[in-house]
Amino acid sequence: EKTVGGLMYGKRLSSLLQVVFPGELAAEGVIMTKLMQWLFGVSLLAVVWALTAYDLLDLNLPQTYRDVAWPMPAYLLVSFGCYSLAVIGYRVATFNDCEEASRELRMHIKEAREDLRKKGLRF
Amino acid sequence: MTSRTTPQQSRDSRDKYTVLLPTYNERENLPLIVWLLVKYFNKSGYDYEIIVIDDASPDGTLDVAKQLQEIYGKDKVVLRPRASKLGLGTAYLHGIKQATGNFIFIMDADLSHHVMHPCCMSNHKPYLSLLIRKQKEGNYDLVSGTRYRGSGGVYGWDLRRKLISRGANFLTQTLLRPNASDLTGSFRLYKKEVLETLVEKCMSKGYVFQMEIIIRARQLKYTIGEVPISFVDRVYGESKLGGNEIVSFAKGLLLLFATT
Ligand SMILES: Nc1nc2c(ncn2[C@@H]2O[C@H](COP(=O)(O)OP(=O)(O)OP(=O)(O)O)[C@@H](O)[C@H]2O)c(=O)[nH]1
Ligand SMILES: [Mg+2]
Repeated sequence: EKTVGGLMYGKRLSSLLQVVFPGELAAEGVIMTKLMQWLFGVSLLAVVWALTAYDLLDLNLPQTYRDVAWPMPAYLLVSFGCYSLAVIGYRVATFNDCEEASRELRMHIKEAREDLRKKGLRF
Repeated sequence: MTSRTTPQQSRDSRDKYTVLLPTYNERENLPLIVWLLVKYFNKSGYDYEIIVIDDASPDGTLDVAKQLQEIYGKDKVVLRPRASKLGLGTAYLHGIKQATGNFIFIMDADLSHHVMHPCCMSNHKPYLSLLIRKQKEGNYDLVSGTRYRGSGGVYGWDLRRKLISRGANFLTQTLLRPNASDLTGSFRLYKKEVLETLVEKCMSKGYVFQMEIIIRARQLKYTIGEVPISFVDRVYGESKLGGNEIVSFAKGLLLLFATT
């Protein structure tokens, strides 16, 4: 059993805490895989979304909140897709063509071949 | 910090750089890359050795390597051949065991990393210098060449290949959030003990091996520096990039995503 902030807690509670606070997890030396981090993030968003869109806590949220929240996942997906395409497109368009590197390489290859032949290398 | 130059210089003179060159059917390329390396190291004055790990290439790469050893000396060109094609990861492991340098360069033997090319127009230094200098600058555990940042780039790639490369890189960055921009690049400088530790931990092969090693480096909290490089497609020999390669890349990416 461990003490955190004056509280005693058992093994089961500790592992529960680790799920709720992934930061603690890292501190405990347990590694959270990238897959777990993603699942954690996505489920957190999903919970927030469900709570707002269906007013699961009966908070009497104004109808406008629910109307905005309901199509949010689709909006998020589409914007993420557009963002990805834009970034990839921009990076492809600005991918440097190293003309000069290739020209120089060919020059060095020629020089190397001549010198190596002089040194007696049989290619 | 006042006597900064003195220890730096004495450390410089004690440093030795081992270059690991795994080869498979690189008969045309090996003499050229070795020539370039020798030329660079002689000019720069760093102590060095080149270890060639040939996996019984059918084209007689080993024969050429022996000739190179005669030309440049047994202390400069070290041969560590193996009896059959056992893959890149174990080739590095095999090579490190014989390495006497405290730093290790890893690069392809196919001339795709043109070591003598002055990449940044502002300082006109060969890549090897830039990697070495970067390492010293931040005492980094590893320095990685990157095609995706700054003046880095590629030569001989069509739109399709650029798209695949950028797409794969974006996906990798999104899923794994590594602290390096070029995960599949294979022109890197390591501290010897760092590479030893990392190679022991890596299980994958080929492209994925280069990717896994960076991810493991982050896990072990090693520091990573980056230098923009230009990548020139191989002039001689067969390229092994195909549909197969993409499938194994995707598999490796998912595996790392789920396990690290
Ligand atoms: N010792 C050893 N070297 C290998 C093996 N497979 C590849 N190599 C070498 O590793 C380096 C990288 O391999 P490449 O074939 O260039 O792989 P790549 O860069 O992904 O693909 P291309 O350059 O397009 O062919 C080269 O120097 C190869 O000769 C292997 O099984 N054993
Ligand atoms: Mg290559």
